[in-house]
Amino acid sequence: MNEPLLRVRGLRKLFPVGRRALGRAPDQFVHAVDDVGLDLAAGEALALVGESGCGKSTLALTLLGLETATAGSIHFEGNDLAAAPASVWKAARRHIQMIFQDPYESLNPLMTVGEIVAEPLHVHKLAPNAAERRRRSVAALEDAGLKPAEHFLARFPHELSGGQRQRVAIAAALVLEPRLLVADEPVSMLDVSIRAEILNLLADLKMRRSIAVLFITHDLGTVSAVADRIAVMYLGRIVEMGTVQEVMTAPRHPYTQALLSVVPAPNPRLRRQHIILQGETPDPVKLPTGCRFHPRCPVAVERCRTIDPPLQTIGGTQAAACIRLDEA
Amino acid sequence: MMTEVTPHAHKQPLLEVKRLSVDYVDPSQPPAQALRDLTFTLHRGEALGVVGESGCGKSTLMLALMRLLPAAGRIVGGSVRLDDIELLALSEREMAALRWKRLAMIFQGAMNALNPVRTVGDQIAEAIRLHEDASDARALDRRVGELLDLVGIAASRRNQYPFQYSGGMRQRAMIAMALACSPDIVIADEPTTALDVMIQAQILQLLADLRRQLNLSILLVTHDLGIVAELCDRVLVMYGGALAEYAGVDAIYNAPAHPYTQELLKAFPDPTRPLQRLASIPGSPPRLNDLPPGCRFAPRCPQVFDRCHLTPPRVYAITSDHLASCFLVETQQTRGARHE
Repeated sequence: MNEPLLRVRGLRKLFPVGRRALGRAPDQFVHAVDDVGLDLAAGEALALVGESGCGKSTLALTLLGLETATAGSIHFEGNDLAAAPASVWKAARRHIQMIFQDPYESLNPLMTVGEIVAEPLHVHKLAPNAAERRRRSVAALEDAGLKPAEHFLARFPHELSGGQRQRVAIAAALVLEPRLLVADEPVSMLDVSIRAEILNLLADLKMRRSIAVLFITHDLGTVSAVADRIAVMYLGRIVEMGTVQEVMTAPRHPYTQALLSVVPAPNPRLRRQHIILQGETPDPVKLPTGCRFHPRCPVAVERCRTIDPPLQTIGGTQAAACIRLDEA
Repeated sequence: MMTEVTPHAHKQPLLEVKRLSVDYVDPSQPPAQALRDLTFTLHRGEALGVVGESGCGKSTLMLALMRLLPAAGRIVGGSVRLDDIELLALSEREMAALRWKRLAMIFQGAMNALNPVRTVGDQIAEAIRLHEDASDARALDRRVGELLDLVGIAASRRNQYPFQYSGGMRQRAMIAMALACSPDIVIADEPTTALDVMIQAQILQLLADLRRQLNLSILLVTHDLGIVAELCDRVLVMYGGALAEYAGVDAIYNAPAHPYTQELLKAFPDPTRPLQRLASIPGSPPRLNDLPPGCRFAPRCPQVFDRCHLTPPRVYAITSDHLASCFLVETQQTRGARHE
């Protein structure tokens, strides 16, 4: 099999917490990302799903080199970025671009749309002259669905709707012709009707331009419009992975089952039994023993307190980390 | 055709809104018609979902009901009756006596609505003190404990500050404050928008429980069709400041009559049908100070015809309990009549 565009193995990101005495190593850590492995091929979209604090955004920042990995490898186009110096990162980052959650906050209000979209070209010294920058910016804006682009170049973010702003953010990522797009909750701030447009745009970019997409969200409902595969994260670990079809129609991990059961179905005839987990994700500093989901798991048994289950293949491309899989 | 009869259809509604219209005035341009001729009812114990995109007038509606419109907002017509009281005729002082005691509101963005430098218990106590006789300190204290208990927060956490609460708990505390004076009606503005799906499910469960326990009427304002399907009995779909469709929850989702409702539903992802492509609604909502002369949805409507651009459609009744503001309803009705 071909080497995937992105191959992550054993990735860890720990944040030290508490008081640090001079010269003494910290002894407590937030386990934000704890032994994560995943592959992403060109033209493929993987949805990373989980609640706040599960580590999904830290994982994204680590993949962008905005956080340094504590351990593990990040192979992007064959190079291990986890151990690479800043110069290698800068070159790679041209091909790994990010779209943030809030298009009301992520665009500089004092810059025009044209300046915002052209700025990455300056940063990476890619376009030698103004004409070339303009040509590329126009192309990126049109690819992001802002047509005619000339109509938008001189406008400021406050003149645009939320959906248009998110398209500007996408254009600023596309102008570098990235191979991997990391989208962190790109539609959670948008209205339903606009949400579909942005999700469909991401799906089109993936298909037509073979861009790989890492789509980060807490909402399993929005996943299937973009993603081919789903990875479900809980407290720094991937607890289930598989194709959208596999995970959405036959979730195997009790956490995935609960998450899916609470996604509101847009029809009162489909009101389902909800598996509502009580409380919130536990403190990522003092991780539970055994399976880290066991304190909130509706089907936990005694053994779950002691055994930390690895991600094991179930069949097809689906894998889950639960010792009770064989019993179901 | 499906006919729905709500059990309380013949009883007098708790809240009756008739032809409510609100303008926002701006001296430099024509007034924005934020709300036009909106008519609906809310019965005791009923949950009504108010659905629409940003700028459809749903926030204006809430603020008008509470009589908390910003300075530029003017109620230019209509009536709002709570039992036999005409709210629009009350003086500000009379309205203040009623607000929170009969009609309370849960604001969006719970994390920002609490005062960061005062304890949660203190803030709930203040909500009671402002409206009720609270001379008995022990009774007040007991009431704060009861309210926290009602929303699922351990009473022992009353002395903590908002920053010690998670997002979900802060939203629960906001709900406790809204319930402080035992209102009949709670208006909830996007009560779960900033929350994770699991916390959202907990809050929706709480609202459903409270409604049953206290026989509360809930006006749930949201753009999320999923949570409306979960919680509400009836749905009011708004577009461009006016009623697009108003019906029982089953009719809205399974027999929507207005093209806007139909398009909204197609744009909403259905977790039980994961591989379906989402439809989007091209274009954007109308500018409220520059409305089209005909139907407000006409410029974006996939089923538009000539007449839609000329005059605005009135509200047609498909059944006594299912209303839609669209010429298609009239066309279907005349065609149906001809066949008979």
